[in-house]
Amino acid sequence: MLARLLLGVLMMLGAAAATAADLPALPKAKGEACIASAEVMRRDHPDMLKHQRDETLRLGIRGAKASLKECVACHATQAADGHAVPVNDPGQFCQSCHAYAAVKPDCFECHATTPKTTIKEASR
Amino acid sequence: MINRRHLLLASGAILIAAPAAAREAGKPATAAQRWGLLIDTGKCGAECTICVEACKAEMGLAGHDRPRTDAQYIRKVNVKDPATGAGHSVPVMCQHCAKPACVDVCPTGASMKRADGIVLVDRHICIGCRYCMMACPYKARSFAHEEQTGQQPHLPRGKGTVEGCTLCVHRIDEGRLPACAEACAAKAKGAMLFGDLNDPKSEIAQRVAREATTRIRADLGLEPAMRYQGI
Ligand code: SF4
Repeated sequence: MLARLLLGVLMMLGAAAATAADLPALPKAKGEACIASAEVMRRDHPDMLKHQRDETLRLGIRGAKASLKECVACHATQAADGHAVPVNDPGQFCQSCHAYAAVKPDCFECHATTPKTTIKEASR
Repeated sequence: MINRRHLLLASGAILIAAPAAAREAGKPATAAQRWGLLIDTGKCGAECTICVEACKAEMGLAGHDRPRTDAQYIRKVNVKDPATGAGHSVPVMCQHCAKPACVDVCPTGASMKRADGIVLVDRHICIGCRYCMMACPYKARSFAHEEQTGQQPHLPRGKGTVEGCTLCVHRIDEGRLPACAEACAAKAKGAMLFGDLNDPKSEIAQRVAREATTRIRADLGLEPAMRYQGI
């Protein structure tokens, strides 16, 4: 009985280890190099963006190193039909990592998820 | 034979002076500038909505066929003098007030005025209370009721926040004209003159100094940056 229980626990541990090892697969960026090393970007990108957003909006300081617009422009992929795929679609650059880390980015409730496209004019 | 220059002259595009050069990267907006528009209603046709359409395209404002609540940064208001019957068509957008009522009432500081007088909503901290919509006497603000998709990269907008005309701050910072003024010059009669009211050499400042201009509801004392002629 005890042996069976132990086996069960061991199997569960094994399953957890297998899931943890499945690192997210990210689409490749368009550009050659990011503004900082991957280690720095992984840890610090929220702070970089958060620090800079107030300066841009409230003070009008443009051309900062970290720019969400540039992140999207570089990391959005194109579907076979030429349409840009939103960076927060499943499996895309932002979403694959955030799904893995179980963190929901709220940037894209407001910010564009694809580089600039022509918008269909409003019906009014 | 009509050449390009004549075409430009005929369209009035050449009369619209380009604003000052783009501000350098890393430099904040300063109170040295006071951006504004001078709108000649004599050149503004009642049926013309070129500025409104240009704004929607620039800002990525797709409607839901609900005119009363769809986002609108600029609208055409047709007014009539009951005594004489004279009609005028007036484009009305955020007036970028020097003493903005929206900023006064905002409980979070989301409604804010940049140093150069451009009034914006910081949607990072807007809680969607809509006090600003009630306080603004110009009905210049809209509310995003729906989840938004397909935003323009230069104009983030999202559900549950207030929005309004930004005077195309993203263009001004690059040294370009607001989309409405550019479209009016290119496709209509060039009724909108954009420029720096603080710069005595600018066309807008010279015309404001020389000619009779009005601000709508000037009696409220909010000191808008939008000036009108012919009403
Ligand atoms: S027009 Fe309304 S929204 Fe614009 S600055 Fe004035 S009070 Fe605020």
